[in-house]
Amino acid sequence: MSSLSGETAGGVGARRTRPAGRRREFNGRTALTMLAFLAPAFVFVLVFTYYPLLVGGQMAFRQWSLWDLTSTPFIGWGNFQTLMADPAFTRVMWNSVIWVVGSLVPQFIIGFLIALALRKKFRFRGLYQAVVFYPWAVSGFLIGILFRWMFNSEFGVVNDLLMRFGIVEAPVPWLADPDLALVAVIVANVWYGVTFFSIMILAALQSVPDELYEAAALDGAGRARMLFQITIPTIRTTLVLTVLLRVIWIFNFPDIIYAMTGGGPADQTQIATTWMIKFTQQGEYGLASALGFITMGVLVVFTGLYLALLTREKKS
Amino acid sequence: MINRDPKWLTYLRILGLGVWMIITLFPLYWILLTSLKPANQIAEYPVRYWPREFSLENYASLFNKSQFGSYLLNSIVVSAAAGVVGTAIALLSAYVLSRFTFRGKGAVMLAFLVTQMIPAFIALGPLYQMFTNLGLVDSRFGLVLIYIAMTIPFSSIMLRGFFDNVPDSLEEAAMVDGCSRFGALWRVIVPVMTPGIIATFIFNFVNCWNELFLAVTLINTDSHKTIPTALNSFISSFNIEWGPMSAAAVLTILPTMVLFAFASRWIVAGLTQGATKG
Repeated sequence: MSSLSGETAGGVGARRTRPAGRRREFNGRTALTMLAFLAPAFVFVLVFTYYPLLVGGQMAFRQWSLWDLTSTPFIGWGNFQTLMADPAFTRVMWNSVIWVVGSLVPQFIIGFLIALALRKKFRFRGLYQAVVFYPWAVSGFLIGILFRWMFNSEFGVVNDLLMRFGIVEAPVPWLADPDLALVAVIVANVWYGVTFFSIMILAALQSVPDELYEAAALDGAGRARMLFQITIPTIRTTLVLTVLLRVIWIFNFPDIIYAMTGGGPADQTQIATTWMIKFTQQGEYGLASALGFITMGVLVVFTGLYLALLTREKKS
Repeated sequence: MINRDPKWLTYLRILGLGVWMIITLFPLYWILLTSLKPANQIAEYPVRYWPREFSLENYASLFNKSQFGSYLLNSIVVSAAAGVVGTAIALLSAYVLSRFTFRGKGAVMLAFLVTQMIPAFIALGPLYQMFTNLGLVDSRFGLVLIYIAMTIPFSSIMLRGFFDNVPDSLEEAAMVDGCSRFGALWRVIVPVMTPGIIATFIFNFVNCWNELFLAVTLINTDSHKTIPTALNSFISSFNIEWGPMSAAAVLTILPTMVLFAFASRWIVAGLTQGATKG
């Protein structure tokens, strides 16, 4: 216990100097306690996440199906070749890009505007947030079901509203028309994802000190200038990271599409992850794994480029 | 505030927030409305925004035609069990991550973060195989195990954010008074951190409540299904009965919505602390 007395004086304020002080604790009991505290978490994550992931990685190079677990011949790049040769492959990759960009941009803009509007305190702000943030508690799958019903071509409320406002003249077959189905699933996803952006941006906005705005106001800066020269630069890190996380997340997010269209009609709304589900359901785990690796590769390359571009931009 | 908004901007803000509230709430209103319409009035066009009569027959037929009671119970038990155990385990690991500096700590954090980016479908096949070998296929207990693993990484990061806000001196004082480290954690820190712990639990509970693909892969028997698995069978059938489906959706959404509304402030605080201090 004697090793602890040195730190008590440090307290919270001395967080930065902690490493040097903490090293001394690495004897006997404390190290054991640490290990004991970390072990359960580690065991669970290793056994149920990383181990299956490793096996899955191996499966990408094997012919593997649910229906015959005993024989899984090694076929090298075979699964990858099968995928690339599939005429749906290009379609699926393009859809994934449209899906990500088409969802992300409106989510970001609307989410930012809502966060800005919520920045100032008003009487029912807490209540408003609790109400408007509710989509967050709902699974993407259920959101998909909700929107599937609303976009229903016969009894759907979307068509009814569009017709009442005179925007279209006859009911539109949203989910059956290959060109419109992708629009419909993106609309649902935009609606669903705005909340996350508002939450993150709102949290970041609240960390911008008021004095910055006050000083700018004294200098006679207008609102637009404050937004672009104070607000955005100050919360830049949050914006950059939120966008990055979202790209990865939306890319890997099949739930809404799965529930609304199942990837159809004719693969028009198929993205990489819904395609993986299709393979999994057919017992084609080898193909699903290979596709998983391709998408992970795409994301890794994207993340690398994104971060590299940003650091270079910051330097110049 | 030196910097008062002009009137037009205030009005614009109120208008924008109002419009967004309507857009956000409408789908919920719509599904609730559909679930309360008598079955013969659901397939009506043009649609009615206020039904001629309200009826609970969709709810009745949901419970009569499917084992919705069991799905509900399974979801509650599985989510609660995984939520409690996952939060408890994450509490311990988050404590270590917040309080100590050690070699390999960065690697631990990274290992937790990376789990968030792995497409689940790579692991599905091997998990199925593993569960076959362990005799855990179709078992709700097996589902709980996987869900615990699923909740640990993120809740560790989230709880770490809460721990960082509790001064070290608190448990150090307790330890000087003779508490063990675990005793100090349990008797001194946990009570202070209760809001954060509840928020993390609710977050985990809701995630398990909503989880679909693992449950679909691992559970076959009808009476073992959780709600999302059951809903998935509903939409896989050729003809969706939108009345009972809406009733099921309402019963699935409402509990988590209430929980989230109750804890949303703490959850947001925990998320942003976890995210900014990574």
